[in-house]
Amino acid sequence: MSEFSRETLVLNMGPHHPSTHGVLRLVLELEGEIILRTDPIIGYLHTGFEKEMETRTYHQNIVFPPRIEYLATMIEEHAYVLAVEKLLGVRAPERAETLRIILSELSRIASHLVWLGTSAIDVNVTSMLMYCFNDRERIMDIFEMVSGQRMMHGYMRVGGLQWDVPEGFVLRVRSFADDLPGRLDEYERLLTDNLIWRERTEGIAVLSSGDALRYGCTGPIARGSGVNYDVRKAFPYGGYEAYDFDVPLGARGDSFSRYTVRMEEMRQSRRIILQALDRLRDGPVMLDDRKVALPPRPELVRSMEAVIHQFKLVSEGFHPPVGEVYSAVESPRGEKGYYLVSDGGNRPVRARVRSPSFNNLQALPVMIFRNTVSDVVVAIASIDIVLGDVDR
Amino acid sequence: MIAAAAEALVRDLAGLAEGEDRFRDEVTLLIPRDRLLDALARARDAGFAALTDLTAVDRLPQEPRFEVVYLLTNYAAQARLRLKVRLDADGAVAPSAASVHPGANWLEREVFDMFGIRFSGHPGLTRILMPDDWEGHPLRKDFPLVEEPVDFVGHTPKVPSAIIPTTPRTPPTPPR
Repeated sequence: MSEFSRETLVLNMGPHHPSTHGVLRLVLELEGEIILRTDPIIGYLHTGFEKEMETRTYHQNIVFPPRIEYLATMIEEHAYVLAVEKLLGVRAPERAETLRIILSELSRIASHLVWLGTSAIDVNVTSMLMYCFNDRERIMDIFEMVSGQRMMHGYMRVGGLQWDVPEGFVLRVRSFADDLPGRLDEYERLLTDNLIWRERTEGIAVLSSGDALRYGCTGPIARGSGVNYDVRKAFPYGGYEAYDFDVPLGARGDSFSRYTVRMEEMRQSRRIILQALDRLRDGPVMLDDRKVALPPRPELVRSMEAVIHQFKLVSEGFHPPVGEVYSAVESPRGEKGYYLVSDGGNRPVRARVRSPSFNNLQALPVMIFRNTVSDVVVAIASIDIVLGDVDR
Repeated sequence: MIAAAAEALVRDLAGLAEGEDRFRDEVTLLIPRDRLLDALARARDAGFAALTDLTAVDRLPQEPRFEVVYLLTNYAAQARLRLKVRLDADGAVAPSAASVHPGANWLEREVFDMFGIRFSGHPGLTRILMPDDWEGHPLRKDFPLVEEPVDFVGHTPKVPSAIIPTTPRTPPTPPR
């Protein structure tokens, strides 16, 4: 070895590398091709959602969650409304809970499909993206059918749902759930036995279970390293305790383990969807509590009291009791939590978004230590990063 | 229902805490600043090994002004516990938890960036989300949120936060 080979090189990657899945900048210190130090620089997508949520009522804030994390929109709304419901001490009716679970799990599949397509492109398996987006489009169509919007739905409400799902919803979901296993098998045939995919992901970006715990990693990153933690199992929310599903775990903590975990998660999500479809019974989708939920429209023409409630809720909003709650859901990226502090007013004093991507990205320097530069892209893809969620 | 493991830890940390708060099946311990690292380390050794969240709350008219909030999770026992440190407006310095939980590094940088709370012993306390030359700390209550009114011909609508006025605090209602 000559003296020159020990010299290190500082390489700037980003802020807009095509494979960074968002505006992220990395400062890498290299020895040849080997990474010695990584310094992720974030904040390019910081939009101040937390500050803005302090200036709007609890109900107005429903528009923010899907914009914070735009790949798993229904899960984001679910996370927020559950936190407000916990603060108020109310629970949505059974039909609303079941529908929320169906939509959340569809959202999880949609997010994992985007991840699968884009991370395959990162290692040059270019055909995957269109297959995955084709399937995701069917989920987007279902979301558009129920809420009128493909992505920024605003469909969930504190205490239930905006309105009931239209006719044909169950059929559409069932037909998607029927086709999914065949499609996933096809994708696995394309990737699992693909030499390029295996070589690029196996043994790459390894994260030990201890490091996953120390850095607060959650979701498929932690489960790929063998940390058995799924919010749906550990702290069941919104009716998940009644469903039967497995939590897939990886053993090696590398990029390939995360891939196998996510593929299995999509199958488990389908299992939950099928169980939920069987449980779906007719009933109200909104709480019958006039202090929280708007009165149904026909009542407005008959009852003065309903008009007063409508007016108070629209012009002022509801007032949760003084206190603070933390409520978390399992998003495709890990534990997504809302920490709300109320002083008894109609706006939160503090609305904190605990984003899984922020903690997961923090483990990136550990993951890619002593890997090569070309593996950085694979590592970022395997974290399944959403920069909007990191920066909020 | 508060998990048994959390109750056990609350009893264990009783000597360190100066207060306790329970709301909606969540338990919060108030810890004095100088005993925080001790409490965090004891919680970690008791199985609460994951620092799920670290954030702060600005209670501006009140004194002490800041609260730094640590949310700890025990994955195996399925239990959570929240620790809270109260800080005065002047000299808002908390001990850094990065030595106990490496994951606290970025979270503390975010709290510093957003609230201006300093963490003694932090490996590199710099801004993380805002630009390095930014002045002020956005999530402080005295940092104004600037809203741009939209100009239409002959009519300027209210900015979003002015449409629904903030209603005064209502007296605390008992939990339902």
